Amino acid sequence: MRLLRNLAAAGAVMLATAGVGAAQTLKFAYDADPVSLDPHEQLSGGTLQLSHMVFDPLVRWNQDLGFDARIAKSWERVNETTMRFNLREGVQFHSGNEMTAEDVVWTIERLKSSPDFKGIFNGWVSAEAIDAHTVEVKTDGPSPLMLHTATYVFPMDKKFYEEGGAEIAKHGDSFASQNVSGTGPFTIAEREQGVRVVFERNETYWDEDSPGDVQTAILTPIKEAPTRVAALLAGDVDFIAPVPPTDLDRVRENENTKLVTMTGTRVITLQMNQERHEALANTKVRRAMAYAINNEGIVEKIMKGFGTVAAQQSPEGYVGHNPNLEPRYDLEKAKQLMAEAGYPDGFEATMMCPNNRYVNDFKICEASAAMLAKIGIEIDLTTMPKAQYWPKFDERAADIMMIGWHSDTEDSANFNEFLTMTPNPETGRGQYNSGNYSNERVDELTLASLTETDQDKRAEMLQEVERILYEEAAFIPFHWQDLAYGARKGVMIEDVVNVMNFPYLGDLVIKQ
Amino acid sequence: MHILAFLIRRAVQAVIVMLVISVIGFSIQDNLGDPLRELVGQSVSEEERDALREEMGLNDPFLVQYVRFLGNAVQGDLGTSYFFKRPAVDVIMDKFPATFELVIGAVFIFLSLSIPAGIYCAINRDSWLTRIIMTGSIVGISIPVFLTAIAAVWLFGVELGWLPAFGRGDTVELPWGWETGFLTLDGLSHLILPSITLSSIMLPLFIRLIRAEMLEAMSTDYVRFARAKGLSQRRVRYVHAFRNTLLPVVTVGGLMIGTLIAYTILTETVFQWPGMGFLFLEAVNRVDTPLIIAYIIVVGLIFVIVNTIVDFVYTLINPMVKLPGAKG
Repeated sequence: MRLLRNLAAAGAVMLATAGVGAAQTLKFAYDADPVSLDPHEQLSGGTLQLSHMVFDPLVRWNQDLGFDARIAKSWERVNETTMRFNLREGVQFHSGNEMTAEDVVWTIERLKSSPDFKGIFNGWVSAEAIDAHTVEVKTDGPSPLMLHTATYVFPMDKKFYEEGGAEIAKHGDSFASQNVSGTGPFTIAEREQGVRVVFERNETYWDEDSPGDVQTAILTPIKEAPTRVAALLAGDVDFIAPVPPTDLDRVRENENTKLVTMTGTRVITLQMNQERHEALANTKVRRAMAYAINNEGIVEKIMKGFGTVAAQQSPEGYVGHNPNLEPRYDLEKAKQLMAEAGYPDGFEATMMCPNNRYVNDFKICEASAAMLAKIGIEIDLTTMPKAQYWPKFDERAADIMMIGWHSDTEDSANFNEFLTMTPNPETGRGQYNSGNYSNERVDELTLASLTETDQDKRAEMLQEVERILYEEAAFIPFHWQDLAYGARKGVMIEDVVNVMNFPYLGDLVIKQ
Repeated sequence: MHILAFLIRRAVQAVIVMLVISVIGFSIQDNLGDPLRELVGQSVSEEERDALREEMGLNDPFLVQYVRFLGNAVQGDLGTSYFFKRPAVDVIMDKFPATFELVIGAVFIFLSLSIPAGIYCAINRDSWLTRIIMTGSIVGISIPVFLTAIAAVWLFGVELGWLPAFGRGDTVELPWGWETGFLTLDGLSHLILPSITLSSIMLPLFIRLIRAEMLEAMSTDYVRFARAKGLSQRRVRYVHAFRNTLLPVVTVGGLMIGTLIAYTILTETVFQWPGMGFLFLEAVNRVDTPLIIAYIIVVGLIFVIVNTIVDFVYTLINPMVKLPGAKG
């Protein structure tokens, strides 16, 4: 009897030690699961998160906004418009096919045919396989964003997709939306859309230096924020994102969980329509409004500190971030500017905001309306779900509209291209400039920055743009939304998250 | 033959109901938002979006779209979900077992509690327990269901850690493709909190209803006669009196199925229960119009079927009731 008990104890010890450093299971919950397994179907955070699990990009962003080599082990500029990528050898797709330059070229061509991604790859004129492991990309002009763009190239298995069907279907079914073969750290073992996705470690993963020890990762989408937090606190899942501002303390203070936050890159702003409303075309009025809105107060009270106060579009770390620009709340100055502009008694204006798109979006608008009332601007505010909001935004249906923007290229010029350049339906510039703000110098500098490869010169240009926008109060900046992750203690999520909000779960380490 | 006539009438009614629903569904779809926004990324140009809209037939006039929809519907095709990329009916049917089992769980809980409680309160009108139950039911009726749900998650899921906070747990696939959570311990433990939440809407109402009906039955002449005849207390209460309270209970119950389905949307959303209600709310958020329209049509059909069953059950409980349309 005693022997038996000893044996059992020894067994238990062995089991316990076997757990350390061995295969781990990660249960995680996001607010949504990927729409499709096709990485080129929809350009969204969910797609990129999936891409980083099942595929690998040529290069990827690191936590300091620099580039790490992935499928491309090195790269060199051949001339002003040509970049050569040297690919890693011996990389296998999940199907067992060998990855070569052909696959990379094929993937780039497929990206250029995707409605969502073609905008990013506009400047890439051609991609050519020089030999089995070298790809040369030519651009239509000198391109400072070569590597930024290369983070979107996740080589796909040409042979696998050509046999099954390579069509990109925006609606309706396709082979690529249900089947996948990449080079990434995980394969997909099971998927029930909207319910769960089961990832299994790729046994033949090329990156043998990856510290990651997650063998099985199970993604459960949990839409409701309180339920998601409850699942983490109850120990049903190991990792959640996002954590809503109201629950930050709860996750931070719980003895079994930890909170990881970082400044995000999505800026939240209000645009003032100069075509719809005469007063808003007056620079002094717009400046008065910028002075009247206490965005520090909004971050503190409404966002509960879950945001970084902004005075411009570019967050810190972007080349265009102008360190001289500061938030400017000053009610007296605002009143004075209103009087100078000829509106001492204010005016009326309409405002529209979404109520389920950005964190606390409608509360921010309500607070802004109250703040603007103090300088006599009477706001008629309408809020609505995003599904109804976007058509209204396209119609420019109100004098003041809210827009949040994350730069797909992680570069300052992208903000200007979409938000502050003169709207032009032919070139697509200023597509989200609902204020119809227009300044020739801003247009000129932004276009020049797109072909300027000298980083210092480029930074100077883009920082000048930010200064002009600030001085003319082209828009009212609120803050950059923070990112928040909650995890069980021991799940080393802080090592793999980044400001782009795609955690590299392939490299995740779980300590018992 | 009478039953057949009844069924035919009901089938015709069902078709009319669903036609009306589909017209309403179709006419509101433009107000639901722009589905294209949910299908493409932020930087896709308006031109591209318009081309896609054209390709999907969303620019066609209302009548053209509706006739095309009806033509397909006759062949059993209610459209393809934008998000799931599969026929909308298939998607809904995949989620149906989860919702059905949740409803069964809730019905089981509220019947097994409300019947004894209602009878007890009718028989012991002045006991302290009756007072507690009656006061409690007033409070219960006035608490919104999402509050019940979140409170249940926090108490039992997080603070006490007794029950899982979300999802459906392990399921077993039955031979005819029905995924059930009834057969595993994990599945059953996942079912408890959502079913209690869902039943909390019906429970107070049914306790009060059964009590009131029971009180009325107890004071009728035939119950007094039965007593006078010397029948046992038990038999008088449970056979004579209780059987007659069932009729209104079934009527109200049948009508309340609609409310129950409406509340599955809330309950399923809070508990991340992978059923039809959760699916519907998500479809609304994503402007997945084909799925939204298919859902309301399917739910309309469920209403008609449930009401038909209720009418049948009537005749079983009370032989005096005749099926409408079945003359003689």
